[in-house]
Amino acid sequence: MADIRSDFVGIRSPNPFWLASAPPTDKAYNVIRAFKAGWGGVVWKTLGEEGPPVVNVNGPRYGAIWGADRRLLGLNNIELITDRDLYVNLREIKQVKRDWPDRAMVVSIMVPCEEAAWKAILPLVEETGADGIELNFGCPHGMSERGMGSAVGQVPEYVEMVVRWCKQNTRMPVITKLTPNITDIRKPARAAFAGGTDAVSLINTINSITAVDLDNFSPEPSIDGKGTHGGYCGPAVKPIAMNMVAEIARDPETRGLPISGIGGITTWRDAAEFMALGAGTVQVCTAAMTYGFKIVQEMIDGLNNWMDAKGHSSLDDIVGRAVPNVTDWQFLNLNYVAKAHINQDLCIKCGRCHIACEDTSHQAITAVVDGARHFEVKEEECVGCNLCVNVCPVEGCITMEPLAAGALDRRTGMPVEPVYANWTTHPNNPAARQAAE
Amino acid sequence: MAQSQHREGIAAGRLAPPQYADNFSDLHPPLDRHEAVVEADRCYFCYDAPCMQACPTEIDIPLFIRQIATGNPLGAARTIFDQNILGGMCARVCPTETLCEEACVREAAEGKPVQIGRLQRYATDAAMAAGRQFYERAAPTGRRIAVVGAGPAGLACAHRLAVRGHDVTIFEARPKPGGLNEYGIAAYKATDDFAQAEVDYVTEIGGIAIDYDKALGRDFSLAELVATHDAVFLGMGLAGVNALNAGGEAAQGVGNAVDFIAELRQASDLAAIPVGRRVVVIGGGMTAIDAGIQSKLLGAEEVTICYRRGKEHMNASQMEQDLAASKGVLIRHWLQPKRVLTEGGRVTGIEMEYTGMRDGRLAGTGETVVIEADQVFKAIGQSFDPAPLNGSGNMIALERGRIKVDAEGRTSMAGVWAGGDCVADAREDLTVAAVAAGRDAAESIHRTLTADGRA
Repeated sequence: MADIRSDFVGIRSPNPFWLASAPPTDKAYNVIRAFKAGWGGVVWKTLGEEGPPVVNVNGPRYGAIWGADRRLLGLNNIELITDRDLYVNLREIKQVKRDWPDRAMVVSIMVPCEEAAWKAILPLVEETGADGIELNFGCPHGMSERGMGSAVGQVPEYVEMVVRWCKQNTRMPVITKLTPNITDIRKPARAAFAGGTDAVSLINTINSITAVDLDNFSPEPSIDGKGTHGGYCGPAVKPIAMNMVAEIARDPETRGLPISGIGGITTWRDAAEFMALGAGTVQVCTAAMTYGFKIVQEMIDGLNNWMDAKGHSSLDDIVGRAVPNVTDWQFLNLNYVAKAHINQDLCIKCGRCHIACEDTSHQAITAVVDGARHFEVKEEECVGCNLCVNVCPVEGCITMEPLAAGALDRRTGMPVEPVYANWTTHPNNPAARQAAE
Repeated sequence: MAQSQHREGIAAGRLAPPQYADNFSDLHPPLDRHEAVVEADRCYFCYDAPCMQACPTEIDIPLFIRQIATGNPLGAARTIFDQNILGGMCARVCPTETLCEEACVREAAEGKPVQIGRLQRYATDAAMAAGRQFYERAAPTGRRIAVVGAGPAGLACAHRLAVRGHDVTIFEARPKPGGLNEYGIAAYKATDDFAQAEVDYVTEIGGIAIDYDKALGRDFSLAELVATHDAVFLGMGLAGVNALNAGGEAAQGVGNAVDFIAELRQASDLAAIPVGRRVVVIGGGMTAIDAGIQSKLLGAEEVTICYRRGKEHMNASQMEQDLAASKGVLIRHWLQPKRVLTEGGRVTGIEMEYTGMRDGRLAGTGETVVIEADQVFKAIGQSFDPAPLNGSGNMIALERGRIKVDAEGRTSMAGVWAGGDCVADAREDLTVAAVAAGRDAAESIHRTLTADGRA
């Protein structure tokens, strides 16, 4: 049995599955239920400074997009940080941590960008016995208009400054949560690193409008006929999040900086992918908000089984394993040639591969052969683009088959070169470096 | 009422009154909005979709399902009606399991096709409930066309001709329109007087008059129609019923399944329809199944369908056979009628002979079995009765006993088209095939009438 215990910047948890700072971690009742269900840790929903709590809207807070059968693919929200009294939260955090000492208890914090504000709240959180703090530099709605959340995360100098204040004022590990609403995610990560952060977590939610009500022309979620951009999350954002995690993981300037991965993680497989790209732990929200806390059972079991099957004995064996394989386009092997292949036994003859290729790509798939409905790849036209694989409704029916070195590529009429060669040396590249004579 | 249910002989009122309503309720109840959207989501929007190819009227099924999925059921209805103006009835009575749904790629993938028929009903019901008409008549052409028969072929033909601006008179032998939709379909497939509602919807376009109780060869002749109209379409279906050629066929208690089915559909009180305690139906098609099931639903204790060949040869689809079995109807194969047994002129049973294939031909084995029965229904096929045509003094060429037509539905007589069950063409004898034939003949008539420069 694989060991999936996690030690993330000194924060220990029985598994790497944490609940992200969000509605599911807003109070003891939910967090206790989560721990009973098996979650390894939580990031308590963001605390603000002492005083009258923030207020939320009293209408819909969430919008969504759905796939077939109304499967929730993307969720957005316009909820703010906790709207409960600071001291109520602190008391609950302390009690829950005392009752569940083996679980990770990280507390998310967002206070104004003044050192005094941070100095004021850090000791209060520290006193609860929490394992660490997460700096909310990410929320893109509401609080950002007041100079907090993503308004900080979008300015690397502020990120560095606040991280430094925190590191100087608490013994707790500091996780800096980054906003994706920025052009280059490496910049705030480098700033957090420079400020001394122990880790980064990402992504926070993405600015979004999920829908427009076509009867009254109000964006959704609609509050009395008006809407605002909310933070987008759920399965739909996973690819964006994974790229940002990988960008940081492979950035030489932040190499080795621990990452807690967030963004659409729904299954053990999603989690394993984030971890392979460098995430030491993963944080989940939308999946729990869609299906409830029980999903963690599948995540724990699935991760265990996969690790056992592959011979990985601990998380160290998998974290970051895919990072060396993330590269720039210019370094991809242009001598690698793959062709689509359709398994006729699995084909249900829907023809989507054909029409996708015919209308929008390379006219490389038949529709009729010898008068019969038949879908088959024309290798002489196939560029190996993978579109047919992606539109086929039957998993595993269409596969990309690499051509062996020396085999004839019927599209180019040339044999497949046996050596690696990329754009940097390609003759069509005006900047190609000449090999030494 | 247990006492009366087991009464010997042929008797009405075998069931308690509420049981009739239960037994004859909608076979496939309509999908509600949630069900329709969930089901529509399953469609893969195939390229050159196999379901569409399998539809005799070539409805753009992927498109209409996508329209349902995107919250546009009226658009879906228009897509259906463009090809099949009787799409509402076809959604109810088509043997989809041998047409579109058999071809559905999800049948290949999972053995569970998209429920195309029920989605079609969802869309067409929505349009009819909204009273939405999608077609306007073209400018009047001044052409007058006679249509014989207000069944699926005649109605489809008339509607398309009306769309093209022609004026149509339908001559219908029965007192009500609809043809087999009204008289020939099991009651649980077209509840709530749907056939009549559909005729109203189809004829609402205008330009279609229906003259009832007017039979060709009895009340008017083909020559008269040809002389007084610019074109004639014959869609009178099949009037003849094949005989058993078994002794005792004339006995009291032996009847035609088609008449029983028609009587049931026209009945205002199902409890008033007499049915045998033990019923035997001879035949292997949809009519046999419809008669067998409905006998059972009326309270018959034992219903046996006897078919002279094997299960795999039955014209009734697997779904229909399963439905019969689920209602408690016994289907027996390789049995042909030999002799109706009678007592005092009334049926007491039927002697059946076992059959088998001998030298590639069906033959009796000589062994027999007697099945007790007090009612026997013949459902061994219908035939075209050419007498009304000859009565006109003109001959129309026949082929295999039905009217011979070319690919456009033209008969051998100039100005006369035909379609539906009364013709010998490559189409199956199905409502949907008749609709396609009527529609296509209308287009042929339109082309002919407008190409000669008079329109």
